[in-house]
Amino acid sequence: MASVSDTRWRPLEIAFWLCTLLPFALAPNYLSLASQVAITALFALSLDLILGYAGIVSLGHAAFFGMGAYTAGLIAKHYWTEPISALLIAGFISGVLGYALSHVIVRFRHLALIMLTMGFGLLLAEAANSAHDLTGGADGLQGFRVPDVLGFKFDMFGRTAYAYSLAVLFVCFLVCRRIIHSPFGLALRGIRENATRMPAIGAPSLSHLRKAYTMAAVFAGLAGAALTHTTSTVSLDVLSFGRSADVLVILILGGAGRLYGGIIGAVIYMVARDQFSGVNPQYWYFWIGLLLVAVVMFLPNGILGGLSALHKKRQ
Amino acid sequence: MLSSAVGVLFDGFAYGMLLFLLSVGLSVTLGMMNFVNLAHCSFAMVGGYATVTLVNRFGWPFLATLPMAFVAGAVISLALERTLFKRLYRATDLDQCLLTIGIVFISIAAFAWFYTTEQQSARPPEWLRASIQVGNLNFAGYRLFLIVFGLATTFLLFFFIEKTRFGAQVRAAVDNQRMARGLGLDVDRAFMLTFALGGGLAGLGGALAIEVVGLDPTFALAYLVYVLIVVAVGGLGSIGGSFAAAVVLGISDMAGKYYFPWLGAFLIYLVMVGLLMWRPLGLFGKR
Repeated sequence: MASVSDTRWRPLEIAFWLCTLLPFALAPNYLSLASQVAITALFALSLDLILGYAGIVSLGHAAFFGMGAYTAGLIAKHYWTEPISALLIAGFISGVLGYALSHVIVRFRHLALIMLTMGFGLLLAEAANSAHDLTGGADGLQGFRVPDVLGFKFDMFGRTAYAYSLAVLFVCFLVCRRIIHSPFGLALRGIRENATRMPAIGAPSLSHLRKAYTMAAVFAGLAGAALTHTTSTVSLDVLSFGRSADVLVILILGGAGRLYGGIIGAVIYMVARDQFSGVNPQYWYFWIGLLLVAVVMFLPNGILGGLSALHKKRQ
Repeated sequence: MLSSAVGVLFDGFAYGMLLFLLSVGLSVTLGMMNFVNLAHCSFAMVGGYATVTLVNRFGWPFLATLPMAFVAGAVISLALERTLFKRLYRATDLDQCLLTIGIVFISIAAFAWFYTTEQQSARPPEWLRASIQVGNLNFAGYRLFLIVFGLATTFLLFFFIEKTRFGAQVRAAVDNQRMARGLGLDVDRAFMLTFALGGGLAGLGGALAIEVVGLDPTFALAYLVYVLIVVAVGGLGSIGGSFAAAVVLGISDMAGKYYFPWLGAFLIYLVMVGLLMWRPLGLFGKR
């Protein structure tokens, strides 16, 4: 595990981020998909913060994603269409919701925790469904368009959309990386390993967990807002249980607690879904299910975990 | 007003019996091994589809298919327990959740492949579907059947758990698994049999649910939430707790749908979140 001081950028990391620019040149027809991948990666990264580092299992993380998406949608529909300010406000609102819920969430463990996160997610989804006047209910929030970001127009090929999503992802990644490598990040990992011992050495478990949960909510909200800005619609799906389950699958597939796990998972999952789910989304779930069983049985630390174990073995 | 309240209570109680059958197995196995089995409703779905197949394709009478639904649920749960689940008893909650969610996804896709995504039906005999008139109240015969069936199952289960030697082993393993092992009980075998029994009861519940809520491949996910609420609220490993929680949930769900239809499922989730925050171990949970 990386220690606090080991925060230098490795060549592989720089190469990875340079590769994220490749779709502009190599796959200009898939930039919309690439933009979705970047947004999903950010969402998975935010889950990684609480699940991979702080050890809080959540089956309702879409609550914050949806909160950000609806906030951005409502701002664009009723107030103004400038995206950056709306993005920040959406992140803030999600953070407030996360902070409020964190007081409840961090006190529970095991089944009660899973059920409560799921319960809050379902409650919010039902509320959005019922509040038809505000959210458009099952029809979704439509009738707005975000024309440009910083003067760059959102075009139909998704060039601006991908640049925008990638920029948001990269900035959030830098912040996350800094958090993870700070003493606070180290304390979080300590709490994950032993929640009762950490207060004894001076790290208050509950308040640390609350902070981590709030931060994760902010990042999830930013991801949701970016989705709204790049697609110009908000559907109830952003709050669904399916989205919470998907992001969990993505993170586990890539490898939790590794910073890049969510991003790798998102790339593989989204590209595979784009290729295979053309016939019927129901069948796509067969492969996802099989993949989940295989990962849990044979790759307990995800793809990145498997790769790093292979790497260590060779050395 | 009064007659509608009686109607809601009656329908809610019948619905609660269904939820009890669907969830009691999960409650006991969770209490024994702490194994978070989110695939429990997939077992119910297997039972439901067994009944649909036997009734519609082979022309069996509805009642005769019920034992087969039990067997189907028991066999599939036993097979999965032996091959996959037993390797993960010591794994984290998260791994158990992920594995079983994976099985839920596979089951949904598999049933969608073989039976399409349409709602399936399996008609119970006419004499069961007739309604019974008492005064000016009308009771649906099938729901009465559900209540009688559910109560009979509950009594059988209580007798089985409280009075038999095997039941004593199960109770010991739920109370303290390591101590039970230390006393020489074969906890793994007891668990295996309980798991099969729970899966069978879920299969039975799935078959009985067809007439009330229908059956399509998303059943495994849609009713998972209800089953988990029953288990979490009732308390792990408690048959009485599951019974109480299932009845409360069934009646409040019916009452919510009847009196506040615009709230949708909001009320149920609110009740669950509130109860869990008040008592994280469930109403009757011990640990």
